[in-house]
Amino acid sequence: MLKRAQALFLGLLSPVIALAMAGNVSAESATRQLNMPQGVTEVSQAAYDIHMIMMWICTVIGIAVFGFMFYVMYAHRKSRGAVAANFHENHVVELIWTIVPALILIVMAIPATTALLKVYDTENADIDIKVTGYQWKWQYEYIGEGVKYMSELRTSQDEIYGRAPKGEHYLREVTEPLVIPTGKKVRFLITGNDVIHSWWVPDFGVKRDAVPGLFTAAWAKTDVPGTYVGECTELCGIGHAFMPVVVEVKEEAEYNEWLAGKKAEVAEYASTIGKEWTFDELMVRGEEVYERSCAACHQSDGNGIPGVFPALKDSPIALGAKEGHIAVLIDGVAGTSMQSFADQLSEVDIAAVVHYERNAWGNDVGDVTQPIDVLNYKQGQ
Amino acid sequence: MSAESKNPLLLAKLVALAVAMFMFAIFVLPPLYDLFCEITGIGGKTDGAYTAVAVEVDTSRDIEVQFVATKNATMPWDFYPIEERVIVHPGEAREVIFYAHNRTSSDMLGQAIPNVLPNNAADYFHKTECFCFNNQPLAAGESAELALVFIVDPDLPASVNTVTLSYTMFDITDRTLVQVSQVQ
Amino acid sequence: MAHGPATLADGWGKYISRWVFTTNHKDIGTLYLWFSFAMFIMGGAFAMIIRAELFQPGMQLIKPEFFNQMTTMHGLVMVFGAIMPAFVGLANWLIPMMIGAPDMALPRMNNLSFWILPFAFAILTSTLFMEGGGPNFGWTFYAPLSTTYAPDTVNYFIFGVHIMGASSIMGSINIIATVMNMRAPGMTYMKMPLFVWTWVITAFLLVAVMPVLAGAVTMMLMDINFGTSFFDAAGGGDPVLFQHIFWFFGHPEVYIIILPAFGVVSQIIPTFSRKPLFGYSSMVYATAAIAFLSFVVWAHHMFTVGMPIAGELYFMYATMLIAVPTGVKVFNWITTMYRGSLTFETPMLFSIAFVILFTFGGFTGMMLSIAAADMQYHDTYFVVAHFHYVMVAGAVFSGTAAVYYWLPKWCGRMYDETMGKVQFWIAFIGFNITFMPQHFLGLAGMPRRYADYGLQFADWNMVSSIGAFMYGGAQILFLFNVIRTIGWGKPTDDPQVWEGAEGLEWTVPTPAPYHTFATPPKVK
Repeated sequence: MLKRAQALFLGLLSPVIALAMAGNVSAESATRQLNMPQGVTEVSQAAYDIHMIMMWICTVIGIAVFGFMFYVMYAHRKSRGAVAANFHENHVVELIWTIVPALILIVMAIPATTALLKVYDTENADIDIKVTGYQWKWQYEYIGEGVKYMSELRTSQDEIYGRAPKGEHYLREVTEPLVIPTGKKVRFLITGNDVIHSWWVPDFGVKRDAVPGLFTAAWAKTDVPGTYVGECTELCGIGHAFMPVVVEVKEEAEYNEWLAGKKAEVAEYASTIGKEWTFDELMVRGEEVYERSCAACHQSDGNGIPGVFPALKDSPIALGAKEGHIAVLIDGVAGTSMQSFADQLSEVDIAAVVHYERNAWGNDVGDVTQPIDVLNYKQGQ
Repeated sequence: MSAESKNPLLLAKLVALAVAMFMFAIFVLPPLYDLFCEITGIGGKTDGAYTAVAVEVDTSRDIEVQFVATKNATMPWDFYPIEERVIVHPGEAREVIFYAHNRTSSDMLGQAIPNVLPNNAADYFHKTECFCFNNQPLAAGESAELALVFIVDPDLPASVNTVTLSYTMFDITDRTLVQVSQVQ
Repeated sequence: MAHGPATLADGWGKYISRWVFTTNHKDIGTLYLWFSFAMFIMGGAFAMIIRAELFQPGMQLIKPEFFNQMTTMHGLVMVFGAIMPAFVGLANWLIPMMIGAPDMALPRMNNLSFWILPFAFAILTSTLFMEGGGPNFGWTFYAPLSTTYAPDTVNYFIFGVHIMGASSIMGSINIIATVMNMRAPGMTYMKMPLFVWTWVITAFLLVAVMPVLAGAVTMMLMDINFGTSFFDAAGGGDPVLFQHIFWFFGHPEVYIIILPAFGVVSQIIPTFSRKPLFGYSSMVYATAAIAFLSFVVWAHHMFTVGMPIAGELYFMYATMLIAVPTGVKVFNWITTMYRGSLTFETPMLFSIAFVILFTFGGFTGMMLSIAAADMQYHDTYFVVAHFHYVMVAGAVFSGTAAVYYWLPKWCGRMYDETMGKVQFWIAFIGFNITFMPQHFLGLAGMPRRYADYGLQFADWNMVSSIGAFMYGGAQILFLFNVIRTIGWGKPTDDPQVWEGAEGLEWTVPTPAPYHTFATPPKVK
């Protein structure tokens, strides 16, 4: 009997033990991480601290309450000859267990409030970065610096669908990460372009919904260089799981170098736009862009998803005039998920992907779309 | 049998409660929420046109005002502020220009939705003139310089040194049915 | 008049007519319970598809588009199709018998409120087979994903929600009317069994908030089809307004799910402790307090949306307060067991597991109420684990306990105790294997509603999936045990059934006759 009771006790208590142990595992082993990361900012540390306080309070209460319960279950069994008492009220006891938890909560409210005030302290930032959620990628804009770019998942569709082995950074890699310097207070202005997304970097303790038409602010300041990976945490459609956030924190000098390089890239790009591309060069680049930016909806085989995302294979747009095809990418299609890619993809990428769509999966228009065609369309009207 | 006779009355009361809650959700909650937003500055929905009152310009304080432009979803216009940031003194009226260009081949209607950050600055950021008070028609290929005149209230909380005003430009060409002019 | 209900011996026609046109509270209760179990199996099948896809990283079985439909349908079917109708079924069977009434107050409306439900769910599930697929925007259907960006089938979804809302409202009105007008002489409010109390409070919550849900989907309908812009910033609306309205419904909704479960457990624990419920009146007040608080805490689901700090603080404090009345309930249950004479039949096992796991879910709930920490928890698997501890180990465990507890009374046959206990242990262990690791996943950074995940989450996801299949298997055993009991269980005619059972429902013969309390009993 005793043995059975012990087994029962341990079995029932296992959740508590497991959660309690979770606190002791270091955040180093990423694959076995059980607890919230302490992170590298004041805010993430505050969240971690209050999380641990709450967890220990709950553990202590849990052990006391369940311990008593298991004692009762053991001691007052009918099989041990227990005879039921017949009380059903005790106002003093009832009052105590109403007031004591209330007092604990009042005490808890103090650190909880302090921590929250820290989250909201967005004043006096050194750098402002606008973060915009798109279906299904992020855009980062360094306000006042003239630098903005898209950050998309780099993992290939082949890896996702098991046609290629999964890399070490599966779903944790992007085309271009957000870069911020150490020791500077960075303010993020977060908004959404289409549906609601949510920008989360666990190691910064920053999670903010990106709501279209609404701006919210969050901030981070860290002294620890490194790469920090986060996620989109608000359901935003089929690519919800495929738009990670990657932030690189660099030393200030390195950051400045990077920023200068970014600015030079913008200037350089404008001068090379006139280059003539060959049919095959465009096909290769086009496939790359297509897999990254288009395949989530229109599918790798160009067949789309019936009733939701139209097929491009044999589609009248892909087989029709080049200008009409470019127009769809540049202007989007109002009232649908087809957004305007004018600001998301470069002229070269748009030209390549249009070219690819016109000449892949049995589409055989055979013409060549050059970046200059795209630029002409953009400026021509 | 008294139970049976009480039932219809109770039924009527409870149905009335259900209907009232339905009405509450549709007709009371949205305006209530707007009011709540206005009071707290949530979403930075600033008040409508502000009639300037003569106030002393507080030259001892410099406030940085940032301008951010975003285009929603399929909006294909070019839309950006000419100046991305200006420094003003509280109480001083300042004009800034946003540039908009409709490069498509069709006539379009846009609507800019403003937001002010931080939330507690929204009440102190007054727009005496703003393109966002009305919707913006742009013919095919047309461009426009959109003006905004604003005054930062001298009562702006001391903790605020930077105010960010952002506009999200929506394409409302297909929404002519809607009372878009109500938006500020 | 004296003849009983039509049976199969009277021919199929009469038998089917009996169920379609029945106004008998026991028949309607049975219909609700079977319907909810069918929905439970269907929602469970959706969950199995989800867990199978998440068994390892990468997309193996389904596409993300279908995955999103599965998470959405799983939530909708479980909340509106399985848990809520199950408790309405229990209410139909038990409330008249517990308060000494011959039937529900409004029997014809009772019939209607059940029979529109299958249509609601037929409409909802049929969208899975339509072009564009079923709802894919999560059971919380946040705008604009559920409006501007939704598949066309969203209109069917809206219609389905309207119908199930109407059904719930009618069912609740019926329960309120029954309790207020049909009690036997001497059955004062403070003598009512706690299950009746929790249900009448739940019914008031339902009448108050289901219309709000109806309002929310009506506004969606107008935004989608009639050019209004309640939730569209372009026209002066606000997507965040949708979340406020949804959670103004949604938070009371989660208490609608759990309060009747409190009631069930408050009936079962005293029986198997052979001792009256401790602190009856404080239980009633605690239930009322929880119901009241549920109306003023909704925005704690929206801590990351960018509310002003004053709003965050208010909703954080108010949410923390809920721990007080909930704690009172847990302490009362445990004290009921204290110095009792305990036995551990299947209903008691499920009830004890309810107390433990629900309390555990309450602990994580308290952690979630701390806004600064919620910035890390929000929309991760930590939240998924939290609400499954509350809803599955809470509502589903108590529903299972209730079926085992009252089944002998309903059909005059005993269930197989060994099979019941085996089911309990498989369910209990399977449940914890499924959802305990999800806490770790969430804390380590895995967001909810993810069709695919990075390699660092692979281990715990696999464990969780194995647990889910185990828990799913336990339900098949449950179904088997129930059918076996009804058909071939050991007959019993002891009105009391359980040694320690108290209450009017245990004074009528076993199995309970088609009509009970045609003459009201005298209560003390």
